[in-house]
Amino acid sequence: MSLWNRHKIFEKNSIILIAGILAVIAVGGLVEITPLFYLKSTIEVVDGVRPYTPLELTGRNIYVREGCYLCHSQMIRPLRDEVERYGHYSLAAESMYDHPFQWGSKRTGPDLARVGAKYSDDWHVRHLTDPRAIVPQSVMPGYPALAATEVNIDDIAAHLRTSRAVGVPYTDDQIANAKADLLAQADPDNAGIDAFQKRYPKAAVRNFDGKGGNPTELDALVAYLQMLGTLVDFKLYDEKANLR
Amino acid sequence: MTNASASVKSMTFGEAVLWPLFAVLAFLCLIGAGFAHDTPFAFHASLACVASIAASFVILNRYYDRPAELPPQEINGRPNYSLGPIKFASVAAIFWGIAGFTVGLIIASQLAWPSLNFDLPWTTFGRLRPLHTSAVIFAFGGNVLIATSFYVVQKTCRTRLSGDLAPWFVVLGYNFFIVIAGTGYLLGVTQSKEYAEPEWYADLWLTIVWVTYLLVFLMTLVKRKEPHIFVANWFYLAFIVTIAVLHLGNNPALPVSVFGSKSYIAWGGVQDAMFQWWYGHNAVGFFLTAGFLAIMYYFIPKRAERPIYSYRLSIIHFWALIFLYIWAGPHHLHYTALPDWAQTLGMTFSIMLWMPSWGGMINGLMTLSGAWDKLRTDPVLRMLVVSVAFYGMATFEGPMMSVKVVNSLSHYTDWTIGHVHSGALGWVGFVSFGALYCLVPWLWNRKGLYSLKLVNWHFWISTIGIVLYISAMWVSGILQGLMWRAYTSLGFLEYSFIESVEAMHPFYIIRAAGGALFLIGALIMAFNLWMTVNAGEAEETQAAGLLQPAE
Repeated sequence: MSLWNRHKIFEKNSIILIAGILAVIAVGGLVEITPLFYLKSTIEVVDGVRPYTPLELTGRNIYVREGCYLCHSQMIRPLRDEVERYGHYSLAAESMYDHPFQWGSKRTGPDLARVGAKYSDDWHVRHLTDPRAIVPQSVMPGYPALAATEVNIDDIAAHLRTSRAVGVPYTDDQIANAKADLLAQADPDNAGIDAFQKRYPKAAVRNFDGKGGNPTELDALVAYLQMLGTLVDFKLYDEKANLR
Repeated sequence: MTNASASVKSMTFGEAVLWPLFAVLAFLCLIGAGFAHDTPFAFHASLACVASIAASFVILNRYYDRPAELPPQEINGRPNYSLGPIKFASVAAIFWGIAGFTVGLIIASQLAWPSLNFDLPWTTFGRLRPLHTSAVIFAFGGNVLIATSFYVVQKTCRTRLSGDLAPWFVVLGYNFFIVIAGTGYLLGVTQSKEYAEPEWYADLWLTIVWVTYLLVFLMTLVKRKEPHIFVANWFYLAFIVTIAVLHLGNNPALPVSVFGSKSYIAWGGVQDAMFQWWYGHNAVGFFLTAGFLAIMYYFIPKRAERPIYSYRLSIIHFWALIFLYIWAGPHHLHYTALPDWAQTLGMTFSIMLWMPSWGGMINGLMTLSGAWDKLRTDPVLRMLVVSVAFYGMATFEGPMMSVKVVNSLSHYTDWTIGHVHSGALGWVGFVSFGALYCLVPWLWNRKGLYSLKLVNWHFWISTIGIVLYISAMWVSGILQGLMWRAYTSLGFLEYSFIESVEAMHPFYIIRAAGGALFLIGALIMAFNLWMTVNAGEAEETQAAGLLQPAE
């Protein structure tokens, strides 16, 4: 009996065929994905990476909602021109608390992995509202509605709690004070700032959209953009220790 | 068979379970709408409530209207094929295709003329782009796959589709998923995983629909009258079962509230990236390749009236293709923070994938041996064959782009978009159009198409559109890549980013023009098929040839 005849077992039995398909497609995924969960070298050891503040997380959710990742990557490759244009190449550790990841796949606009602290808040506010007022050749849509929409502050603790359930190490303290922290970060006169900065060391406290009142979606988005790529101090980062 | 009027009418198991189930679901959705935390969730819960009431009513109404006997499995010794769900999916495919191509033209124009974003939340590029990709891949492509798979599995197994309500549940449930997903994007509901954007509740619904689809397909195979499972059905089965695995692997998420649309995905950072592109590349590999190869394996031999070129080649290329494709995902993550070993594996397997891909192309093209003259006279066959040629081209370009040095230039640029569209427009688009041109006359019992001349027009207008599209994207992509890495003689970066954006403008206009031509072609097809159904000559009796299996 030739080998070709042995294939008849798949052609004559639908259950064996489906079992064969499942076995064959399982291999690649198991080999490529499973080790990422247990190999220690997958995520570098670095100082400074912390979970997002409530305001930053809110901004990140707006970034996701508006599909920013479709035109902006957040992943600097270790190539000479990228490192010179955008800054130190991205580490896996920098996105380890990202659910979902926002590395992106297309640069219709520039990479944003280290856009934080590169431009002023005012620049971002104007640029998000009307991009061509600042960059005439830009093809980015304007988002004037952000400034007019207040963020939903009531369920922010539930967002932190859900994040913790999927692996982001928020503390009980951070979850309990989520609402207060959200209000404090966008208001330099807020009484809770010291407590906030104890919970999120080095997080910026500013009135990001330049207007008073409750935090708007613009506050949140600018707060998020301004912290991108700023958590790791690359003067202290030991590249050799994390060679993979 | 006994006299129908003599038997006692009773509810089938499906009817008895489904109508109260939908009634309960309608009630739950009403509660969901009432307690909703956000407007999109309230909107979707209301939609689901209305749809559930309609479903419950239709099932009950059908029960009271139908004769006691369900449609027989066979009439005069011949299988009584179930064609209703296939007709619905075919019409839905044409509708969603035109909608998806139109949105594609809009977003292509937005990149050339940004004022077309209108700066309203629901009309910006970021919200319309997932609408475009989902509409063309899942709505157009998905309905083509459901329609053709239900047709092919019946014909090649010589048996009626398994299930009574189940095939309808698959077709209607799937299209309801499309509506939820599409309206969600416009309202800002997305989990931001490319080609898997729908949120948790849409994903749950799709899981139910997809498992039913798998069961209908599998049970039809099980009760086949042919000893062998036809090769097209291997590919359909691999497509259906692998998409189920991918969907479950990529989408586990925890909702913030069961009354809200927002959820957080279980995977984070680098693992999430790997899961996403394991899914993303195999949505290409199994949805857009295996499924459409199944179409190729039935419709090309059928239309050319020639047997498949090589049975052994189909065995080798089937198993090699599904084994190798799964590994290719990491080539979307070259030079990222994904560990190098995974990138190298992804690149290696992507290059190997070239061989089984071309195995499929050779098997499709060589099926015409002895019938090449038909390309001159039959524009439908020409469309099918050119689709296979585009498949060969895209599956050469893909392995090339997965080589790390090439990828360092092509990644993040329009080259990727051009590559995707040579596959999507040329391969998936054309093979779908070819299949629809065959399927519609068969389903509606017409001798032939309303006009072959119009098919010819469709073919040429769309082909010119594709050529404009992909060549514009090749030039713009390579130009972008080169501008980003260009240095002056003094060692400074030569161009700012915005200069590369400015340089894209003419190519974005050419691309939009190409897309417009492709859309015009599809509109010609819709008119042609409409006239085929409504003005074409009806046959007195079903052609005997149609009842034979494909082998």
